Amino acid sequence: MTYNVPEIAWAPLVPIIVVLVAGAVGVLLEAFMRNVALRRVVQLQLSVATLVLALFAIVWQWVAIGGDGVVVLRSMIYLDRQALAWQFLLVVFAIGGVLLFADRNREGEDAFTPLASVAPGSPDETVARAKGLAVTEAFPLAMLATGGMMLFASVNDLLFLFVALELFSLPLYILVALSRRRRLLSQEASLKYFLLGAFSSAIFLFGAALVYGAAETTGMRELLGLYVPERQTLLLLGLFMVVVGLLFKIGAVPFHFWVPDAYQGAPSPVTAFMAAATKAAAVAALARLSYLVLFRFAWELDWVIWTVAIASVIFGTVLAIVQTDVKRMLAYSSVAHAGFILVGFAGFSPLALSALPFYLLTYGVATLGAFAVITQVRELTPDGAAGAEATRLGQWAGLGKRHPVLAGLMSLFLLSFAGIPLTAGFVGKFVVFRAAVEQGAWPLVVVAVLASAAAAFFYLRLVVLMYFTDAPDDASPRVEVRPTGIGRGVAIAAGVIVLVLGVLPAGALNLADEAGVLLSPPVVTGG
Amino acid sequence: MDILTILIAVPAVAGVVLLTVRPLRAYARQFALGVAAIELILAVGMLMAFDRSAAGTIQFSQIDSWIPQIGASWAVGVNGIGLSLIMLAVVLTPLTMLAGWNEDESESRRAQYYGLMLLTLAFTVGIFAARDVFLFYVLFEAMLVPLYFLIGSFGGEQRRYAAVKFLIYALLGGLIMLVAVIALYFAGPGGEQAFLTANLTGLTYDAPWIENLLFLGFFIAFAIKAPIVPVHTWLPSVVETARAGTTVLLVAVLDKVGIFGMLTLVVTLFPGASTRAAPVIIVFAVFTAIYGALVAIGQDNMYRLVGFASVSHSGVMVLGIFAFTRTAIEGATFYMLSSGLSAGALFLLIGFLVKRHGTASVRVYGGLQRVVPVFAGTFLIVGLTALALPGTSPFASEIMVLIGSYEATRWGAIVATLSVILAALYVLLMYQKVFTGPTPQAMEPTTELSLMERVVIWPLIAAMLVLGFVPALAVDYFKDPSAAIVVSVEEAGL
Repeated sequence: MTYNVPEIAWAPLVPIIVVLVAGAVGVLLEAFMRNVALRRVVQLQLSVATLVLALFAIVWQWVAIGGDGVVVLRSMIYLDRQALAWQFLLVVFAIGGVLLFADRNREGEDAFTPLASVAPGSPDETVARAKGLAVTEAFPLAMLATGGMMLFASVNDLLFLFVALELFSLPLYILVALSRRRRLLSQEASLKYFLLGAFSSAIFLFGAALVYGAAETTGMRELLGLYVPERQTLLLLGLFMVVVGLLFKIGAVPFHFWVPDAYQGAPSPVTAFMAAATKAAAVAALARLSYLVLFRFAWELDWVIWTVAIASVIFGTVLAIVQTDVKRMLAYSSVAHAGFILVGFAGFSPLALSALPFYLLTYGVATLGAFAVITQVRELTPDGAAGAEATRLGQWAGLGKRHPVLAGLMSLFLLSFAGIPLTAGFVGKFVVFRAAVEQGAWPLVVVAVLASAAAAFFYLRLVVLMYFTDAPDDASPRVEVRPTGIGRGVAIAAGVIVLVLGVLPAGALNLADEAGVLLSPPVVTGG
Repeated sequence: MDILTILIAVPAVAGVVLLTVRPLRAYARQFALGVAAIELILAVGMLMAFDRSAAGTIQFSQIDSWIPQIGASWAVGVNGIGLSLIMLAVVLTPLTMLAGWNEDESESRRAQYYGLMLLTLAFTVGIFAARDVFLFYVLFEAMLVPLYFLIGSFGGEQRRYAAVKFLIYALLGGLIMLVAVIALYFAGPGGEQAFLTANLTGLTYDAPWIENLLFLGFFIAFAIKAPIVPVHTWLPSVVETARAGTTVLLVAVLDKVGIFGMLTLVVTLFPGASTRAAPVIIVFAVFTAIYGALVAIGQDNMYRLVGFASVSHSGVMVLGIFAFTRTAIEGATFYMLSSGLSAGALFLLIGFLVKRHGTASVRVYGGLQRVVPVFAGTFLIVGLTALALPGTSPFASEIMVLIGSYEATRWGAIVATLSVILAALYVLLMYQKVFTGPTPQAMEPTTELSLMERVVIWPLIAAMLVLGFVPALAVDYFKDPSAAIVVSVEEAGL
């Protein structure tokens, strides 16, 4: 048996390669650049410039490959507009996230610990802080994660999918642990996220192995045409476990346990990036798997989607209602959103392929914006400096009166989460629900809308607190908004996008429609 | 741009400007009133240009592509019914602004209040003009946001509770309607103009149960808005605590959105299901009419009293619609207008009383007739319109509903008539307790109706009297649309 070197079409991979190379360069910079202040600036500029470049590369490829798609690496990577649309979203989220990474308050502190390797509260930490050290590794880590996610959203092979999964998960585990304040919480969150993540990766890999055992291939294209009645059960079990691995990343019930801890413990900029991008990448992979393979087993696997969707919507909503912490509330709300997303998969309507990227765009932008606002609401230390983020719900009382712009933006994001018309979230929900109704899954949609009505309750509770409640005069510690340039900029940009997508979504929906075709890669013989 | 688009855009833009531009805050009232006046002039212009001989057709129609991918268009246009409700909204808005002119509050809050009012006006006009189901739905739901802030930020102690209760009720109805809206897309012709009301009228459904479910999805939302017993409980909490101006807009204008929706969407789109459901709905409607009136009698808080009275009126209107006779539907439409005017005036007057003495509790008042005779007289006249005294427009419209529905459902009409008698009880008892009898010490320094207050109330009274004596002025606008609805229902029944 001879081994043939496969032909690779490099051009369609440019966006991914650019991002990954920038990640690698960033790691080298960490090693060789000693000047912290300069390193920070260089890392930021490198990341943002690369991501913008990647955006252009994606647009270039979008035009270049047209509606037909192009074979990149046999049938393992087959790039179509669906994949490019997801890559575009991921890069946009990464730009927002990286900008927030760089955000610093008036005292010159960013969200990250000065030195991750020292124990929280130890004398070493004080020294590190006094020396003005900074963890600029966050930037290359984010780049590696983004590259991994872009790959994850584009590949057609379970094994390749697994590699991409690890490529983006590992940097995220580290990023979650890097919080400047409440470091123990942050490290605990990271450990939980890592353990559960490793667990889900193992399930995914096991599933892929079972699929290989049944079908002797891990390629989705090959699975599509396969018929093995005698090993059907094995194949189904394998696919089921692969789906479970993906549902973990999406954060759907009952695989959601890492979500609240990771969201709460991670530095808010990381949460923003992770919440928006991980979900998008995982949904992209699930969509690819669903429409290439799973739809053939709709009869056997539909109940999984239904059960998980209903459970996520209900548990996410109910648990969000009882939360007292803003970040945890948004975490459970993201669980509920995972449910709404899964509603779109019910019956595998072709409409969902354009609805899902749009939904994730609306969700991701609002999430970035909401966490950008959260980074700016601070407890004050006794000497009036900005301290930790004020995330207890009660601490947000009366913010609307003192900071109308910021509170207005936050309300806009919450309304978008709640799916109120004229915000992006409504259009997103509409198109996803439409896909489900098209396939006759209207009972699922009814459950989802009833949950939305309940969900509106907790989103609006925050609005009530900000606008209709007066701040207690003797709050200790005092809570104040400390506007930061970048944080405010990201929030405003997100607010504008949410409004535009809510009022005039025609252009974006058009693009989504063009991306809404998942082409089955041709079988490459020989090679 | 077409006139209706301008009519929607002017208050919308002005509202956003008022909410965001700081230097404007000092002149918030003047600015808002100016915008409302422009709006009124534009609307009157539209009324003049409206071709009354073709009141049943959609006029000032404009259809532009909005979100073609999901079949939504920017489609506006009015027939006689939509036009008269728009007139109701644009007339009441400046009056309520005047009524709250001297409210004591900071500049920023004032700007907020008037800005939100303008936004609400824009949404209201949009809803009455929408000829696209998706557009209607978007405006119907988005309107909740300014209303939520109007209720929750301004008003009495319980305002947060009331705002949340209002919102949850409205959202629940609205989201169920959303499912029906989406399903309607697949029942209809699809395409880039799938949601045009015209394209969704006269559909045939695969099975009656599909139409029934769609009907239900829309009907529940409108029943909550109208409101009908048993989904009315948000209304008393809101009117009790919200500011008088908010209450006027909410009860006199926005509740009509529910009735309007039943008339122009539910009955028009689902005539078959409407006929099937009519017997049940009539039971609910009649029960609402009686229940609202009975509960109103027992209220001590005047806001709540009038709130329940308007619930009772909603019952009568719904009865009129689902009786499916021309007279009844004309009457119900006319009643939307008259009860809007009468409830609006009554709420404003109660607001004036509350401004003087800080409470809406009947028990505190007494013997005001001697102290403030003009106020008392005005209150009595407005009260008499609310109990449908002959010669006032509520009488003309109520009698049309009752006579019209007598043909269709004899016992329903008879029982509903009781609500008119009960109305006399609750209105007159309220008047008696507040204005007659001995004057308590605390009531002595009550001030007479000010010039501003007279300017606000008297035009409303005049309008009700004119329409009461010459109903044709208004009814001419409703005849053709009502006839068209009856015809469509009859066709579906065959």
